[in-house]
Amino acid sequence: MGHIKLTNVTKSFGAVDVLHDINLEIKDGEFIVFVGPSGCGKSTLLRMIAGLEKPTGGELAIDGKVVNTVPAADRGLAMVFQSYALYPHMSVRQNLAFGLENTKMPKAEIAERIAEAARMLEIEPYLDRRPGQLSGGQRQRVAIGRAIVRRPVAFLLDEPLSNLDAELRGSTRAELAALHARLSATMIYVTHDQVEAMTLADRIVVLRAGRIEQVGTPLELYNRPANRFVAGFIGSPHMNFLEGTVEAVPSQKAIATLAGGHRLELPVGADIETGSRVTLGVRPQHIALGAGDNSIRAKVRLVEALGSETVLHADVAGQKVLVVAPGQHDLLPGADIDLSLSAAPIHLFNERGLRLERAV
Amino acid sequence: MVAVRLAMGAIDVPLRWVQRRLGIGGMATFFLLPNMLIFGIFVLLPFFINFAYSMTGGTALFLPDRTFVGGEQYARLFDCVNYTDPNSCAEDTFWTAVGNTAWFVVLQVTLMILFSLITALILNRELMARSFWRAVFFFPVLLSPVVVGLIWKWILQRQGLLNFGLYGLGFDPYTWLNDRNWSFAATVGVSIWAHMGFYTLILLAGLQAIPKDLYEAAEMDGTRPARAFWRITLPLLMPNLLVVVVLVLIRAVQIFDEVYVLTGGGPGISTLYITQYIYETGFATQLRNPGLAAAASILMGAVLVVLTLVQLGLGRKGEKKGARK
Amino acid sequence: MSRVAEFIFRRRGRNGWHWTDVFTWVWLIGGLFIMFGPAVWLVGSSFKSPAALAEFPPSIMPYVTQKATVEGYDKPLDLYEVTMPEGSKKVLAEVRRIGIVAQMVSPDKPTEIVKVNIAERTPVRTMSFATSNYSEPFTHFDFVRYLWNSVFVTVTATVITLIVNSMAAFALSKYEFRGRTFAMLLILATLMVPLSVIMVPLYSIISALGLFNNLWGVILPTVATPTGVFILRQYMLTIPDELIDAARMDKASEWQIYWRIVLPLTAPALAVLAIFSVVWRWNDFLWPLIVLSRKELYTLQVGLSVYSGELNVQWHFILAMTVVTMIPVVLVFIFLQRFITTGIAGTGLK
Repeated sequence: MGHIKLTNVTKSFGAVDVLHDINLEIKDGEFIVFVGPSGCGKSTLLRMIAGLEKPTGGELAIDGKVVNTVPAADRGLAMVFQSYALYPHMSVRQNLAFGLENTKMPKAEIAERIAEAARMLEIEPYLDRRPGQLSGGQRQRVAIGRAIVRRPVAFLLDEPLSNLDAELRGSTRAELAALHARLSATMIYVTHDQVEAMTLADRIVVLRAGRIEQVGTPLELYNRPANRFVAGFIGSPHMNFLEGTVEAVPSQKAIATLAGGHRLELPVGADIETGSRVTLGVRPQHIALGAGDNSIRAKVRLVEALGSETVLHADVAGQKVLVVAPGQHDLLPGADIDLSLSAAPIHLFNERGLRLERAV
Repeated sequence: MVAVRLAMGAIDVPLRWVQRRLGIGGMATFFLLPNMLIFGIFVLLPFFINFAYSMTGGTALFLPDRTFVGGEQYARLFDCVNYTDPNSCAEDTFWTAVGNTAWFVVLQVTLMILFSLITALILNRELMARSFWRAVFFFPVLLSPVVVGLIWKWILQRQGLLNFGLYGLGFDPYTWLNDRNWSFAATVGVSIWAHMGFYTLILLAGLQAIPKDLYEAAEMDGTRPARAFWRITLPLLMPNLLVVVVLVLIRAVQIFDEVYVLTGGGPGISTLYITQYIYETGFATQLRNPGLAAAASILMGAVLVVLTLVQLGLGRKGEKKGARK
Repeated sequence: MSRVAEFIFRRRGRNGWHWTDVFTWVWLIGGLFIMFGPAVWLVGSSFKSPAALAEFPPSIMPYVTQKATVEGYDKPLDLYEVTMPEGSKKVLAEVRRIGIVAQMVSPDKPTEIVKVNIAERTPVRTMSFATSNYSEPFTHFDFVRYLWNSVFVTVTATVITLIVNSMAAFALSKYEFRGRTFAMLLILATLMVPLSVIMVPLYSIISALGLFNNLWGVILPTVATPTGVFILRQYMLTIPDELIDAARMDKASEWQIYWRIVLPLTAPALAVLAIFSVVWRWNDFLWPLIVLSRKELYTLQVGLSVYSGELNVQWHFILAMTVVTMIPVVLVFIFLQRFITTGIAGTGLK
């Protein structure tokens, strides 16, 4: 039930390759999130699993059965669309019933399933209204309800929260997580919002330009991003990147010089050559104010005081650095300050953007 | 309603089978087929047969029974001693019809556009009960050409409303439709009466799409209203005006129905237009000659295509000019 | 009151009448008479008796000269009000007229003939609507037949047009397939191939199919309208594709998607097309004139034109039947004008 496997799947529209050689295994009951910038192919990948697009190459299997040529209707999946795609000329009840009627299900069972889903999603009061008479949040519930009544082997959700306002998005996210726990069905969820990905996913699939960059649990991605792209994509605000050159490589360490002449000592586990160019990655929250062992000098450009924390936009020898410091700080633009990286988990990326494993 | 619903449900069963055989893409063909079939048989096929038809002679109806005569029909249509004088042509009625139609088109198109533009400009003003006035001018558009022809035939006859009005002014009754010139004028006037509202509506839509603040800006700049009309209204109305010109022109060339009822082409053949010539040559006269009618209809079709393309070309050129500015 | 007047005569000249204000109202009032006048005159005339129709100058309202049966005369005689030489007025019946002198009798003294100068008398007339103009064609002519033929052609052609055009529009708007652009261009190109260009060969095709003198021969060539496909397609393009995908995920067949999702959502455009189709088919003339040569198959338009072209035109019937022919279109106009005008303004079709 709900085990999906993609082997060497590719997809092209005419001469344009949209997906390259996708290999992925989704376990039964898992909540998988496809995340990536727009145009990375995540929606195409979802539509291909749904059966709305045909793969150009490779093999797609659901519960061990190859379904490349099986039409969407017969894959036993249900989908929640970004625009909800509710039939505007049918009442909510008819919307929920439409798919079940198409399978020639007895009327009594249809009614029972609708009642159950309506109770679960608290949409009972609106069952006889048209979608046009509902608010965005209510429509969203109906769209989910339409998927639930089908009792699919897996739910496919295509940016289901992107049309809601920020507040509603937060609460609906929590409800979705609860729903997944309750139904324990496979869910595949597409989003460009990394916060949604982090909060909902059992495992996240990061895509870029039609390729999978990394697959892992949210914390794996946060703590050990496979490359510079994933490191920059996951976490908010984005990770700071500083260009530097390796000066010397004592055991388990590397001494790197940044532009502006700062020397930093970095723990490195893998082989690294003296003189090679590297990129340092530090999350804004991990930088402390004040001097220390590994500290750099910066000029404050902009101060955003949010009360609980202060966001500093600073400049380190022409490279931008963002710092999120807890509490309130009395700083003015133009001031020179010291930033300490001694406590920060610094990520080191080689010239190809791959992360160098740290010494344990 | 229930019956329709059940019927559509019943159709679905075999169609699901068809869909399984054809695939989703194949169903597109299925949906397109009925329209394309009817379209092919009743529009496309006759269009191509027409060329073959125009190169055959005799009175036989079906193409295989007809004798091939090559370009003879065309030669006959063009067999003239002096092209400015229809009477010097072998097919003098054809040339008279062509001449009549040309005059009709020039006059009717000019007046139609003038009248509908003026009406649209007036209806675009701040006017009480604008939709009522719009309805007044639009109402004849929906009337059938036969009804239009009869209404005016009744008004223009000897005991008709027009003579009644003139009688009140001291004129003697006159049988307008027995006069060559007046009956020609009547065909022009009646066709404008019947269709003016339609073009007024298209122009009015164009006028209403012009943002009001343009005029306000022009007023702030001290632009006089007449200049605003030539420099703002007319250029921005151009796309709609062009559509109107193309439609009026194409329909003027094909004028038939209301004239056929109003004057029957008479008196004599003074209001015989090209479509009626084709109709009578192909169907109505004793010595029917479908081949000749087909040849004439192809010539008319060619004129229509040329007119349309010229108009479209002008439109595109105008657009480019506008874009450069 | 003055504010109402101010609103009604809102004009450009802030002080006094600008020439454009004068022109506007002259044009509008003139237009009112020229546009409505003929139709009103037609309706008024259609209630006049044949005798009143032959009168010149015509009367505005339908009048009939009163008649009286006088003892000793077989036919009822026309009544006139006569000014007698001594100045009194008297109602007399006319026996015969010779030049400017009429021989008249008093209805109560049938034997006494009075000679009256015709300038000294006026006919006694009452308003009377000749409703027989309307009732007789229904019994004497095949008018009911023509009416039925017209209704049959209009309804059948419209229903087929809606089905066939909407199916094609669905295929052309919601499917990707090779030749889609070509099919669309082909359909649009026929806008340039009007009936008058292809009527000769079309007639041979209709005959070959055995549809000459058959109402289906009138219907079929008209149903695959390019304008219909065009407006429906434009409308269907605005239906989100996600809806179609959702229906496919809901196990709907392609036919169900067409019938249960797309068609109901296209209802506004279908309504516009239906109205236009009804008006088109009701008003069609040239093609029915070619295809139908048997009297019992005539549509209203053909029937009217044939009868009005006869040597001895029975105007009183023709006028009444013209009014009847106008009725459906006038009803459409009154109730659906908004639909039509927005339809035309939006697409420029007719």
